[in-house]
Amino acid sequence: MVPERIEREILIEAPREVVWSVITEPEHVGRWFSDSAAIDLRPGGELTLTWDEHGPVYWRVERIDPPRFVSFHWLRGGQGPGDPELNSTLVEFSLAEEGQGTRLRVVESGFGGLAGSEEEKAQDAEEHRRGWELELDELRDYVSVHVRGSGQP
Amino acid sequence: MSRQAGDVDELWAAVADPTRRQVLDVLLAQGEATATTLARELPVTRQAVAKHLAVLDRAGLVESGRRGREVRYVVRPQGLDLAARSMARVAAQWDQRLTAIKQIAESTARAKSRDQTHPDQTKEVSR
Repeated sequence: MVPERIEREILIEAPREVVWSVITEPEHVGRWFSDSAAIDLRPGGELTLTWDEHGPVYWRVERIDPPRFVSFHWLRGGQGPGDPELNSTLVEFSLAEEGQGTRLRVVESGFGGLAGSEEEKAQDAEEHRRGWELELDELRDYVSVHVRGSGQP
Repeated sequence: MSRQAGDVDELWAAVADPTRRQVLDVLLAQGEATATTLARELPVTRQAVAKHLAVLDRAGLVESGRRGREVRYVVRPQGLDLAARSMARVAAQWDQRLTAIKQIAESTARAKSRDQTHPDQTKEVSR
């Protein structure tokens, strides 16, 4: 079947602090991920990751435990800063010391919360709306009958 | 890039939801099924199954055919294959990024250790 999460890892011949700086500092992120990056590295902080050609995507820091762990919400569907992350995947980096080097592991998950679910939410909202319309129609009929009734001599 | 991502978002969303994965598993095991027979195998109502089937249908992961009063569903292998390939592409992108992180980190570490072993030379260069 299709995997519901992506897990990859790599062994790096560099101290953990160096790997940590590469995945969290804008001048590095602007090389391995996008063309440039602005990073506010604290829980809830925004990352603006910009490609010269495609424009920016936004990440938000979820949890941070230097230099062992950091996770980000990757906002999807054109969501920007200030939006609640209704539509996001979760990207988690774990850094473990191994000999003189560092084992870096990345997990991306939460694909089930993307666009299709938004559509379902919209569908749910539509059903709620229709439900309310029916109830309002009934209420209107009820009111008009009773008002007419009471208005009659 | 975000536009491309938007196109596959719906496919991933369809395939990554735990209940829909169960629906696909049961469909794959049974070959074909109706919302009613699927609901018997799953801990959700027939209505919920019907909604999930509609999402899977829109994403091209199942197809339906009417037989008498019943609508029967089968898995579309092409859809599942496309989903698997798009996920593999995301995994390959992470491999590329991890490789780039490795290269940057290792060259940074090498530069640092050079600085520590030959501090005078570094001064020489920066002068």
